[in-house]
Amino acid sequence: MLKTIETDIIIVGAGPVGLFAVFEAGLLKMRCHLIDALPHPGGQLMEIYPKKPIYDIPGCPSVLAGDLVKNLMEQILPFNPGFTLGERAEKIEKLDDGRWCVTTSQGTRHHAPVIFIAGGLGCFEPRKPPISNIEHFEDKGVEYFVRNPEFFKDRRVVIAGGGDSALDWTIYLADVTQNLTLVHRRTEFRGAPDSVEKVMELAEKGRIRLITNAQVTGLQGNGKLDGVVIQHDTEGTFSIETDFFVPLFGLTPKLGPIAEWSLSLEKGAIEVNTLDYSTNQPGIYAIGDINTYPGKLKLILCGFHEATLACQSAFKHVRPDQKLSFKYTTVTGIEGLPL
Amino acid sequence: MKENIKITVIDRDDQRHELDAPTDMGMSIMELCKAYELPVEGTCGGMALCASCHVYVLNDYALPEPSDDELAMLDQAFFVQDNSRLGCQLKIKEEYDGLEVKLAPVAQ
Repeated sequence: MLKTIETDIIIVGAGPVGLFAVFEAGLLKMRCHLIDALPHPGGQLMEIYPKKPIYDIPGCPSVLAGDLVKNLMEQILPFNPGFTLGERAEKIEKLDDGRWCVTTSQGTRHHAPVIFIAGGLGCFEPRKPPISNIEHFEDKGVEYFVRNPEFFKDRRVVIAGGGDSALDWTIYLADVTQNLTLVHRRTEFRGAPDSVEKVMELAEKGRIRLITNAQVTGLQGNGKLDGVVIQHDTEGTFSIETDFFVPLFGLTPKLGPIAEWSLSLEKGAIEVNTLDYSTNQPGIYAIGDINTYPGKLKLILCGFHEATLACQSAFKHVRPDQKLSFKYTTVTGIEGLPL
Repeated sequence: MKENIKITVIDRDDQRHELDAPTDMGMSIMELCKAYELPVEGTCGGMALCASCHVYVLNDYALPEPSDDELAMLDQAFFVQDNSRLGCQLKIKEEYDGLEVKLAPVAQ
Protein backbone atom coordinates (compact mmCIF):
# COMPACT_ATOMS: atom_id res chain seq x y z
CA MET A 1 0.00 0.00 0.00
CA LEU A 2 1.43 3.35 -1.03
CA LYS A 3 1.68 6.18 1.43
CA THR A 4 -1.15 8.73 1.80
CA ILE A 5 -0.42 12.09 3.37
CA GLU A 6 -3.26 14.07 4.96
CA THR A 7 -2.97 17.81 5.42
CA ASP A 8 -4.90 21.09 5.19
CA ILE A 9 -3.16 22.62 2.18
CA ILE A 10 -1.15 20.77 -0.46
CA ILE A 11 1.35 23.17 -2.01
CA VAL A 12 2.61 22.12 -5.43
CA GLY A 13 6.01 23.79 -5.80
CA ALA A 14 8.50 24.53 -3.04
CA GLY A 15 9.83 27.80 -4.45
CA PRO A 16 9.82 31.05 -2.47
CA VAL A 17 6.09 31.65 -2.90
CA GLY A 18 5.11 28.10 -1.92
CA LEU A 19 7.38 28.33 1.12
CA PHE A 20 5.96 31.67 2.25
CA ALA A 21 2.42 30.31 1.88
CA VAL A 22 3.31 27.88 4.71
CA PHE A 23 3.98 30.86 6.97
CA GLU A 24 0.72 32.64 6.18
CA ALA A 25 -1.25 29.40 6.47
CA GLY A 26 0.52 28.67 9.76
CA LEU A 27 -0.66 31.95 11.26
CA LEU A 28 -4.20 30.71 10.59
CA LYS A 29 -3.31 27.30 12.10
CA MET A 30 -3.56 25.48 8.79
CA ARG A 31 -1.01 22.73 8.14
CA CYS A 32 0.82 22.50 4.81
CA HIS A 33 2.61 19.87 2.79
CA LEU A 34 4.87 20.82 -0.11
CA ILE A 35 5.54 18.73 -3.23
CA ASP A 36 8.43 19.51 -5.58
CA ALA A 37 10.01 17.65 -8.47
CA LEU A 38 13.43 18.93 -7.42
CA PRO A 39 15.18 17.11 -4.58
CA HIS A 40 15.50 20.31 -2.52
CA PRO A 41 13.29 23.32 -1.69
CA GLY A 42 13.83 26.72 -3.33
CA GLY A 43 12.64 26.18 -6.92
CA GLN A 44 14.33 28.29 -9.56
CA LEU A 45 16.14 30.33 -6.90
CA MET A 46 18.17 27.25 -6.00
CA GLU A 47 18.19 25.62 -9.40
CA ILE A 48 18.98 28.56 -11.68
CA TYR A 49 20.44 31.44 -9.69
CA PRO A 50 21.36 30.64 -6.06
CA LYS A 51 24.31 33.10 -6.13
CA LYS A 52 22.46 36.02 -7.74
CA PRO A 53 21.51 38.95 -5.52
CA ILE A 54 17.85 39.99 -5.41
CA TYR A 55 17.24 43.68 -4.70
CA ASP A 56 13.46 44.01 -4.55
CA ILE A 57 12.50 42.06 -1.45
CA PRO A 58 11.00 44.71 0.85
CA GLY A 59 13.29 45.38 3.78
CA CYS A 60 16.25 43.50 2.24
CA PRO A 61 18.49 45.88 0.26
CA SER A 62 20.20 42.84 -1.24
CA VAL A 63 19.83 39.13 -0.60
CA LEU A 64 21.30 36.17 -2.47
CA ALA A 65 18.58 33.93 -3.91
CA GLY A 66 20.01 30.96 -1.98
CA ASP A 67 19.96 32.95 1.27
CA LEU A 68 16.37 34.03 0.69
CA VAL A 69 15.39 30.35 0.48
CA LYS A 70 17.38 29.60 3.64
CA ASN A 71 15.63 32.46 5.46
CA LEU A 72 12.19 31.33 4.26
CA MET A 73 12.92 27.80 5.49
CA GLU A 74 13.83 29.26 8.89
CA GLN A 75 10.72 31.45 8.89
CA ILE A 76 8.37 28.49 8.30
CA LEU A 77 10.17 26.07 10.62
CA PRO A 78 7.78 26.74 13.57
CA PHE A 79 4.89 25.49 11.41
CA ASN A 80 6.60 22.19 10.68
CA PRO A 81 5.52 21.70 7.05
CA GLY A 82 5.77 18.31 5.36
CA PHE A 83 7.76 17.77 2.17
CA THR A 84 7.53 15.31 -0.71
CA LEU A 85 10.68 16.15 -2.69
CA GLY A 86 12.11 14.68 -5.87
CA GLU A 87 8.62 13.64 -6.96
CA ARG A 88 6.58 15.41 -9.59
CA ALA A 89 2.92 16.21 -8.87
CA GLU A 90 1.30 14.17 -11.61
CA LYS A 91 -2.46 13.95 -11.13
CA ILE A 92 -5.27 15.78 -9.33
CA GLU A 93 -8.55 14.07 -8.48
CA LYS A 94 -11.62 15.00 -6.47
CA LEU A 95 -12.31 12.58 -3.63
CA ASP A 96 -15.82 11.45 -2.61
CA ASP A 97 -15.60 13.50 0.59
CA GLY A 98 -15.04 16.70 -1.43
CA ARG A 99 -11.32 16.92 -0.74
CA TRP A 100 -8.61 16.78 -3.39
CA CYS A 101 -5.99 14.13 -3.99
CA VAL A 102 -2.62 14.91 -5.57
CA THR A 103 -0.62 11.89 -6.72
CA THR A 104 3.08 12.15 -7.56
CA SER A 105 5.22 10.44 -10.18
CA GLN A 106 6.28 7.93 -7.49
CA GLY A 107 2.68 7.24 -6.49
CA THR A 108 2.66 9.16 -3.18
CA ARG A 109 -0.89 10.37 -2.50
CA HIS A 110 -1.74 13.61 -0.72
CA HIS A 111 -5.26 14.45 0.54
CA ALA A 112 -6.42 17.96 1.49
CA PRO A 113 -9.39 20.28 1.06
CA VAL A 114 -7.17 22.89 -0.59
CA ILE A 115 -4.40 22.90 -3.19
CA PHE A 116 -2.08 25.82 -3.82
CA ILE A 117 -0.33 25.57 -7.16
CA ALA A 118 2.90 27.51 -6.76
CA GLY A 119 4.65 25.79 -9.64
CA GLY A 120 6.60 28.78 -10.95
CA LEU A 121 7.86 28.03 -14.42
CA GLY A 122 6.84 24.38 -14.16
CA CYS A 123 9.04 21.35 -13.58
CA PHE A 124 12.72 21.36 -14.37
CA GLU A 125 13.45 18.78 -17.01
CA PRO A 126 16.67 17.96 -18.82
CA ARG A 127 17.33 19.91 -21.99
CA LYS A 128 17.04 17.38 -24.80
CA PRO A 129 19.32 17.73 -27.81
CA PRO A 130 17.45 18.17 -31.11
CA ILE A 131 18.06 14.66 -32.43
CA SER A 132 14.97 13.50 -34.25
CA ASN A 133 14.67 9.98 -32.82
CA ILE A 134 16.02 10.68 -29.31
CA GLU A 135 12.71 9.94 -27.54
CA HIS A 136 12.67 6.55 -29.23
CA PHE A 137 15.86 5.61 -27.37
CA GLU A 138 14.98 7.00 -23.93
CA ASP A 139 15.56 4.25 -21.32
CA LYS A 140 16.97 2.19 -24.19
CA GLY A 141 20.42 3.72 -24.06
CA VAL A 142 19.69 7.43 -23.72
CA GLU A 143 19.95 8.68 -20.12
CA TYR A 144 19.57 12.34 -19.16
CA PHE A 145 20.81 11.85 -15.59
CA VAL A 146 23.45 9.75 -13.93
CA ARG A 147 21.36 8.39 -11.07
CA ASN A 148 23.54 5.44 -10.19
CA PRO A 149 27.07 5.30 -11.63
CA GLU A 150 27.15 1.50 -11.22
CA PHE A 151 24.49 1.36 -13.93
CA PHE A 152 27.27 2.17 -16.42
CA LYS A 153 29.80 -0.30 -15.02
CA ASP A 154 31.92 -1.90 -17.76
CA ARG A 155 29.72 -0.42 -20.47
CA ARG A 156 30.54 1.92 -23.34
CA VAL A 157 29.31 5.47 -22.72
CA VAL A 158 29.20 8.68 -24.77
CA ILE A 159 28.65 11.91 -22.78
CA ALA A 160 27.80 15.18 -24.55
CA GLY A 161 28.09 18.66 -23.06
CA GLY A 162 30.68 21.15 -21.89
CA GLY A 163 29.47 22.32 -18.48
CA ASP A 164 30.31 21.21 -14.97
CA SER A 165 28.02 18.20 -14.89
CA ALA A 166 29.45 16.83 -18.17
CA LEU A 167 33.00 17.28 -16.84
CA ASP A 168 32.29 15.90 -13.37
CA TRP A 169 30.58 12.78 -14.66
CA THR A 170 33.29 12.23 -17.25
CA ILE A 171 35.90 12.23 -14.48
CA TYR A 172 33.81 9.95 -12.26
CA LEU A 173 32.72 7.50 -14.94
CA ALA A 174 36.18 7.23 -16.55
CA ASP A 175 37.01 4.64 -13.87
CA VAL A 176 33.69 2.84 -13.96
CA THR A 177 32.99 2.36 -17.66
CA GLN A 178 34.64 0.10 -20.20
CA ASN A 179 35.29 3.13 -22.37
CA LEU A 180 34.05 6.67 -22.30
CA THR A 181 33.84 9.39 -24.95
CA LEU A 182 33.14 13.06 -24.24
CA VAL A 183 31.76 15.11 -27.12
CA HIS A 184 31.74 18.90 -26.89
CA ARG A 185 30.73 21.53 -29.44
CA ARG A 186 33.74 23.76 -28.81
CA THR A 187 37.40 23.38 -27.85
CA GLU A 188 37.13 25.33 -24.60
CA PHE A 189 35.26 24.15 -21.55
CA ARG A 190 33.57 26.55 -19.16
CA GLY A 191 33.50 24.30 -16.14
CA ALA A 192 35.60 24.59 -12.97
CA PRO A 193 39.28 24.95 -14.02
CA ASP A 194 40.50 21.90 -12.09
CA SER A 195 37.77 19.72 -13.62
CA VAL A 196 38.80 20.91 -17.09
CA GLU A 197 42.42 20.07 -16.25
CA LYS A 198 41.50 16.59 -15.02
CA VAL A 199 39.49 15.84 -18.17
CA MET A 200 42.40 16.97 -20.37
CA GLU A 201 44.74 14.76 -18.39
CA LEU A 202 42.43 11.74 -18.78
CA ALA A 203 42.30 12.39 -22.52
CA GLU A 204 46.10 12.67 -22.81
CA LYS A 205 46.56 9.42 -20.93
CA GLY A 206 44.10 7.75 -23.25
CA ARG A 207 41.69 6.93 -20.41
CA ILE A 208 38.87 8.72 -22.21
CA ARG A 209 38.30 9.78 -25.79
CA LEU A 210 37.73 13.52 -26.12
CA ILE A 211 36.06 14.79 -29.29
CA THR A 212 35.77 18.57 -29.46
CA ASN A 213 34.31 20.83 -32.16
CA ALA A 214 31.72 18.15 -32.69
CA GLN A 215 28.12 17.31 -31.89
CA VAL A 216 26.10 14.14 -31.63
CA THR A 217 23.56 14.43 -34.43
CA GLY A 218 22.12 10.95 -34.73
CA LEU A 219 21.39 7.77 -32.80
CA GLN A 220 21.59 4.23 -34.14
CA GLY A 221 20.22 0.93 -33.00
CA ASN A 222 17.42 -1.50 -33.53
CA GLY A 223 15.15 -1.03 -30.49
CA LYS A 224 18.21 -0.43 -28.33
CA LEU A 225 21.00 2.09 -28.76
CA ASP A 226 24.21 0.70 -30.24
CA GLY A 227 25.88 3.75 -31.75
CA VAL A 228 25.88 7.53 -32.12
CA VAL A 229 26.53 9.66 -35.17
CA ILE A 230 28.99 12.47 -34.58
CA GLN A 231 29.31 15.48 -36.80
CA HIS A 232 32.72 17.11 -36.59
CA ASP A 233 33.24 20.71 -37.71
CA THR A 234 36.13 19.85 -40.03
CA GLU A 235 36.37 16.05 -40.19
CA GLY A 236 32.84 15.35 -41.36
CA THR A 237 30.45 12.75 -40.00
CA PHE A 238 31.36 9.44 -38.40
CA SER A 239 29.75 7.04 -36.00
CA ILE A 240 31.00 5.28 -32.89
CA GLU A 241 29.62 2.26 -31.11
CA THR A 242 28.22 2.76 -27.62
CA ASP A 243 25.77 1.27 -25.13
CA PHE A 244 24.74 4.61 -23.62
CA PHE A 245 24.39 8.22 -24.69
CA VAL A 246 24.23 10.72 -21.82
CA PRO A 247 23.49 14.29 -22.99
CA LEU A 248 24.16 16.73 -20.13
CA PHE A 249 22.92 20.16 -21.19
CA GLY A 250 21.35 21.37 -17.96
CA LEU A 251 17.70 21.68 -17.02
CA THR A 252 14.89 23.73 -18.48
CA PRO A 253 11.44 24.36 -17.01
CA LYS A 254 8.38 22.76 -18.61
CA LEU A 255 4.77 23.27 -17.53
CA GLY A 256 4.33 19.48 -17.44
CA PRO A 257 1.24 17.73 -16.06
CA ILE A 258 -0.28 20.99 -14.69
CA ALA A 259 -1.56 21.60 -18.23
CA GLU A 260 -3.81 18.52 -17.86
CA TRP A 261 -5.52 19.52 -14.61
CA SER A 262 -8.72 21.09 -16.08
CA LEU A 263 -7.69 24.54 -14.95
CA SER A 264 -8.33 27.44 -17.23
CA LEU A 265 -5.05 28.45 -18.83
CA GLU A 266 -3.88 31.41 -20.82
CA LYS A 267 -0.54 31.11 -22.65
CA GLY A 268 0.68 28.42 -20.30
CA ALA A 269 -0.30 30.27 -17.10
CA ILE A 270 -3.27 29.55 -14.81
CA GLU A 271 -6.04 32.15 -14.84
CA VAL A 272 -7.04 33.34 -11.37
CA ASN A 273 -9.51 35.66 -9.70
CA THR A 274 -7.49 38.47 -8.11
CA LEU A 275 -9.90 38.61 -5.18
CA ASP A 276 -8.20 35.55 -3.68
CA TYR A 277 -6.11 33.96 -6.49
CA SER A 278 -8.60 31.11 -6.83
CA THR A 279 -8.79 29.14 -10.06
CA ASN A 280 -11.90 27.88 -11.84
CA GLN A 281 -11.83 24.81 -9.54
CA PRO A 282 -13.15 25.49 -6.00
CA GLY A 283 -10.41 24.88 -3.44
CA ILE A 284 -7.58 25.17 -5.96
CA TYR A 285 -5.54 28.36 -5.94
CA ALA A 286 -2.61 29.39 -8.12
CA ILE A 287 0.03 31.76 -6.77
CA GLY A 288 3.35 33.16 -8.01
CA ASP A 289 4.80 32.94 -11.52
CA ILE A 290 2.42 30.15 -12.59
CA ASN A 291 -0.71 32.35 -12.51
CA THR A 292 -1.92 35.14 -14.74
CA TYR A 293 -4.36 38.03 -14.38
CA PRO A 294 -4.63 41.54 -15.80
CA GLY A 295 -1.58 43.47 -14.60
CA LYS A 296 0.33 40.36 -13.50
CA LEU A 297 3.99 40.89 -12.64
CA LYS A 298 6.24 37.89 -12.13
CA LEU A 299 7.90 39.11 -8.96
CA ILE A 300 8.60 37.22 -5.77
CA LEU A 301 7.10 40.03 -3.72
CA CYS A 302 3.83 39.84 -5.70
CA GLY A 303 3.78 36.08 -5.12
CA PHE A 304 4.08 36.67 -1.36
CA HIS A 305 1.04 38.94 -1.49
CA GLU A 306 -0.90 36.41 -3.55
CA ALA A 307 -0.03 33.63 -1.08
CA THR A 308 -1.27 35.75 1.83
CA LEU A 309 -4.66 36.49 0.28
CA ALA A 310 -5.07 32.91 -0.93
CA CYS A 311 -4.56 31.65 2.66
CA GLN A 312 -7.31 33.92 3.97
CA SER A 313 -9.67 32.54 1.33
CA ALA A 314 -8.52 28.92 1.77
CA PHE A 315 -9.50 29.07 5.45
CA LYS A 316 -13.20 28.75 4.58
CA HIS A 317 -12.51 25.44 2.80
CA VAL A 318 -10.24 24.09 5.54
CA ARG A 319 -12.31 25.21 8.56
CA PRO A 320 -15.81 25.77 7.15
CA ASP A 321 -17.33 25.96 10.64
CA GLN A 322 -14.90 28.53 12.05
CA LYS A 323 -14.78 32.29 11.81
CA LEU A 324 -11.57 33.78 10.55
CA SER A 325 -10.01 36.50 12.67
CA PHE A 326 -7.12 38.47 11.27
CA LYS A 327 -4.14 38.99 13.57
CA TYR A 328 -0.85 40.88 13.36
CA THR A 329 2.33 38.97 14.21
CA THR A 330 3.44 42.01 16.23
CA VAL A 331 0.45 41.46 18.54
CA THR A 332 0.19 37.69 18.77
CA GLY A 333 3.69 36.52 17.81
CA ILE A 334 4.08 33.13 16.22
CA GLU A 335 3.12 29.94 17.96
CA GLY A 336 6.26 28.07 18.91
CA LEU A 337 8.41 31.19 19.00
CA PRO A 338 8.85 33.46 22.03
CA LEU A 339 7.09 36.81 21.57
CA MET B 1 13.97 61.97 -25.70
CA LYS B 2 16.33 60.14 -28.02
CA GLU B 3 15.11 58.92 -31.37
CA ASN B 4 14.16 55.31 -31.80
CA ILE B 5 16.28 53.06 -33.99
CA LYS B 6 15.21 50.25 -36.30
CA ILE B 7 16.02 46.65 -35.51
CA THR B 8 14.93 43.85 -37.82
CA VAL B 9 13.95 40.52 -36.31
CA ILE B 10 13.39 37.53 -38.58
CA ASP B 11 11.09 35.03 -36.92
CA ARG B 12 11.17 31.24 -37.20
CA ASP B 13 8.84 31.33 -40.20
CA ASP B 14 11.26 33.70 -41.98
CA GLN B 15 8.92 36.66 -41.57
CA ARG B 16 10.78 39.97 -41.26
CA HIS B 17 9.69 42.37 -38.54
CA GLU B 18 11.15 45.86 -38.62
CA LEU B 19 10.84 47.07 -35.04
CA ASP B 20 11.06 50.55 -33.54
CA ALA B 21 13.46 50.24 -30.67
CA PRO B 22 13.96 52.85 -27.94
CA THR B 23 17.58 53.46 -26.97
CA ASP B 24 16.94 55.19 -23.67
CA MET B 25 15.23 52.43 -21.71
CA GLY B 26 18.05 49.94 -21.21
CA MET B 27 15.93 47.50 -23.21
CA SER B 28 17.46 44.27 -24.52
CA ILE B 29 16.73 42.52 -27.81
CA MET B 30 14.87 39.85 -25.82
CA GLU B 31 12.64 42.47 -24.16
CA LEU B 32 12.09 44.18 -27.51
CA CYS B 33 10.89 40.90 -29.06
CA LYS B 34 8.56 40.28 -26.11
CA ALA B 35 7.19 43.83 -26.33
CA TYR B 36 6.24 43.15 -29.97
CA GLU B 37 4.83 39.73 -28.99
CA LEU B 38 7.32 37.80 -31.08
CA PRO B 39 7.73 34.16 -29.98
CA VAL B 40 10.56 34.68 -27.49
CA GLU B 41 9.98 33.21 -24.03
CA GLY B 42 12.64 34.99 -21.99
CA THR B 43 12.00 32.36 -19.32
CA CYS B 44 14.79 33.37 -16.94
CA GLY B 45 13.94 37.07 -17.18
CA GLY B 46 17.24 38.11 -18.75
CA MET B 47 19.90 36.49 -16.59
CA ALA B 48 21.55 34.53 -19.43
CA LEU B 49 20.25 31.36 -17.84
CA CYS B 50 17.82 29.77 -20.26
CA ALA B 51 18.80 30.50 -23.89
CA SER B 52 15.16 30.93 -24.90
CA CYS B 53 16.18 34.27 -26.49
CA HIS B 54 18.95 32.71 -28.62
CA VAL B 55 19.40 34.71 -31.85
CA TYR B 56 21.77 34.79 -34.80
CA VAL B 57 23.26 38.21 -35.54
CA LEU B 58 23.06 38.60 -39.31
CA ASN B 59 25.05 41.74 -40.00
CA ASP B 60 28.41 43.02 -38.93
CA TYR B 61 28.09 45.26 -35.88
CA ALA B 62 30.60 45.93 -33.15
CA LEU B 63 28.60 44.18 -30.46
CA PRO B 64 30.13 43.80 -26.99
CA GLU B 65 31.93 40.50 -26.43
CA PRO B 66 29.76 37.87 -24.73
CA SER B 67 30.29 37.52 -20.98
CA ASP B 68 31.37 34.23 -19.40
CA ASP B 69 27.78 33.69 -18.28
CA GLU B 70 26.52 34.09 -21.83
CA LEU B 71 29.17 31.75 -23.25
CA ALA B 72 28.44 29.18 -20.56
CA MET B 73 24.74 29.29 -21.43
CA LEU B 74 25.42 29.02 -25.16
CA ASP B 75 27.43 25.87 -24.34
CA GLN B 76 24.22 24.29 -23.08
CA ALA B 77 22.05 25.54 -25.93
CA PHE B 78 21.41 23.84 -29.26
CA PHE B 79 21.66 25.05 -32.88
CA VAL B 80 24.57 27.28 -31.81
CA GLN B 81 26.59 28.96 -34.56
CA ASP B 82 29.49 31.42 -34.62
CA ASN B 83 27.02 34.33 -34.78
CA SER B 84 24.88 33.08 -31.89
CA ARG B 85 24.05 35.48 -29.07
CA LEU B 86 21.53 35.67 -26.26
CA GLY B 87 19.09 38.48 -26.99
CA CYS B 88 18.80 39.31 -23.30
CA GLN B 89 22.49 40.22 -23.13
CA LEU B 90 22.31 42.70 -26.04
CA LYS B 91 21.21 46.04 -24.66
CA ILE B 92 19.88 48.27 -27.44
CA LYS B 93 22.15 51.22 -28.28
CA GLU B 94 22.00 53.96 -30.91
CA GLU B 95 24.90 52.38 -32.81
CA TYR B 96 22.78 49.29 -33.48
CA ASP B 97 20.45 51.09 -35.89
CA GLY B 98 19.80 48.64 -38.73
CA LEU B 99 20.83 45.53 -36.78
CA GLU B 100 19.30 42.30 -38.06
CA VAL B 101 18.83 39.19 -35.96
CA LYS B 102 17.14 35.88 -36.62
CA LEU B 103 15.43 33.84 -33.90
CA ALA B 104 17.18 30.50 -33.42
CA PRO B 105 15.08 27.32 -33.54
CA VAL B 106 13.62 26.06 -30.26
CA ALA B 107 14.57 22.57 -29.14
CA GLN B 108 11.64 20.56 -27.79
